[in-house]
Amino acid sequence: MEQWPTTPVATHNDIGLRFLLLGMLALAASLFFGVIGAVKFLYPEFIDGLPFYKIRPLHVSLAISWIFLTAIGGIYYYLSNFSGLTLFSNRLARWHFGIFLVTGTVILGAYVFGKFGGREYWEFPPVLALPIFLSWIMFGINYFWTVLKRRTTWPVYYWMWGTGIVFFFMTFTESYLWLLPFFRENMLREIAVQWKSYGSLVGSWNMLVYGTAIFLMEKIAEDKDLAQSKMAFGLYFLGLFNLMFGWAHHTYPVPFAAWIRDFAYIVSMTELFILGKIIWDWRGSLSIYRRYRHYRPYRFLFAADIWIFVNLVLALVISVPALNLFTHGTHVIVAHTMGTTIGINTMILLASVFFVLERRVGQDAENRYAGPVNVGFWLTNGSLPIFLAALLAAGLIKGTWPDDSFHEMMGTIEPLLLVFVVSGVGLMLGLWLVLIPAIGQMTAVVFPRRYDVGIDVPKAKDGAFGDDAGSGPAQ
Amino acid sequence: MMASHKQKILWSFCTAFAVYTAYVWTAGTEMPQSRPPDQQVTAGLALFQELNCIACHQFYGLGGHMGPDLTNVVSAPDKGIDYARSFIENGTSKMPDYGLSEAQVDALVQFLKFVDSTGTYPPKHPEIRWYGTVAYDAGRYAQ
Repeated sequence: MEQWPTTPVATHNDIGLRFLLLGMLALAASLFFGVIGAVKFLYPEFIDGLPFYKIRPLHVSLAISWIFLTAIGGIYYYLSNFSGLTLFSNRLARWHFGIFLVTGTVILGAYVFGKFGGREYWEFPPVLALPIFLSWIMFGINYFWTVLKRRTTWPVYYWMWGTGIVFFFMTFTESYLWLLPFFRENMLREIAVQWKSYGSLVGSWNMLVYGTAIFLMEKIAEDKDLAQSKMAFGLYFLGLFNLMFGWAHHTYPVPFAAWIRDFAYIVSMTELFILGKIIWDWRGSLSIYRRYRHYRPYRFLFAADIWIFVNLVLALVISVPALNLFTHGTHVIVAHTMGTTIGINTMILLASVFFVLERRVGQDAENRYAGPVNVGFWLTNGSLPIFLAALLAAGLIKGTWPDDSFHEMMGTIEPLLLVFVVSGVGLMLGLWLVLIPAIGQMTAVVFPRRYDVGIDVPKAKDGAFGDDAGSGPAQ
Repeated sequence: MMASHKQKILWSFCTAFAVYTAYVWTAGTEMPQSRPPDQQVTAGLALFQELNCIACHQFYGLGGHMGPDLTNVVSAPDKGIDYARSFIENGTSKMPDYGLSEAQVDALVQFLKFVDSTGTYPPKHPEIRWYGTVAYDAGRYAQ
């Protein structure tokens, strides 16, 4: 029977690894609930004990947890091991993890037992938002007290991570303004505030994830300019501008004043600059790909690059109000959400996971599971286009459906929903093939005694994995 | 880019964001009618959240995709209050029968009537302009 590698083991300041492990478990579970939810579109009675109104929040909350836990885990790990700085407080980081774990478990329990009371995406009883607030305060204190010690110029990813933390806290707070009668009693105002907060909230986790992508590329290419250039900061400020002001493309048909919609339209179109840059840099991206294509973290980043292009085109299309008229409230929006979550965020975060793993277990140990991981990588990236195409086609049928006979419309798109389910199973299996070895290896690092098979390898010491440590990509 | 320049840009953005946020919180979202929700509507809203109806249904196209949009379900020509009440009381193959009391069903119906009074979705007479914007039901909403 295959044994997991046992060393190097986690040290007391490796709290980031626990976040990464929990994040991967959250993704594995989210995929499972996602597939059950998808099957319920065709067979509502499937697993009767878990109705769709419970499955959806379980799937969505676990997917959001995957993004946050893995991004946060990476940040803790990279600050502790690559920045040359000492984390302000390991104890605070452990409390952060503990609160996240306990609150997350209670929230999942609430969903399973049908205890709701919140709004879409935060359906749990509002009182459970309090420990989440607290955990982000802890994270913010730890982050800023650590990076403020650095006197030299900050790389752009420090700015992005800091922005992500601050804006998550602010927009999460904003998403609870519905508790105040001033907002709750005016439904239009409440929708505006709700979706303004959600738009910025997505922008905040994009800051955490894209900051991680730039960090990884800086380390892989060993090019500090990547995170210090004017272009890097220009794109950061463009992202921040969209995070702050670009939310209203989610709500074009809601009867707000026209200026809210028109302003969002203008803001959204500034992302054409990013699209132009991707096209402009295409040849250069291919030459970098040829150099690093055998290095697993880079392959995930390259896959994310392609999905950024695809999803950016889709995002720009659905941000034009005249086109949004036919896509709003349809499966096209689901395609956009799934495309960004799986194609972009998940690919970047898996790159982060494998980058960390390679440094903890070594390339040789990691390569023992290269087969299933490679199959999983291609199965995921092969299933995703089919999955998105089915959703786009279903969405366009719904968006152009001549009347409001919902039942007939759903009957018409049923074959597309079947494709959606089958490709969704492909996505789940593909990502599980990637995750299972990674979870096993990370578990062996975090809980070494349980998996100790007596291999005599020197144990890691604090700071043993300093800046630019590790075997790195094949050149 | 100098650190001080970055800080200036950042603070300019933050200031603009604060002003913009204050404005969105207070203006541009006036309702077509000013009737505040009564106790029954508030109870209906609370119940809507406790049953997590938004997992399947939508208002203004925002929400889940398992069930139909409910923005104007109580005023649609071929639907109406009795139609909505029947679904709430009995459920369907995809919607559970929650076994609600008559008072709870009334509260949900009143809440749906309140939602209906806030606007129309999908827009009935959208006018598409050449540069891509849309006048949604021109004349009904604040422009």
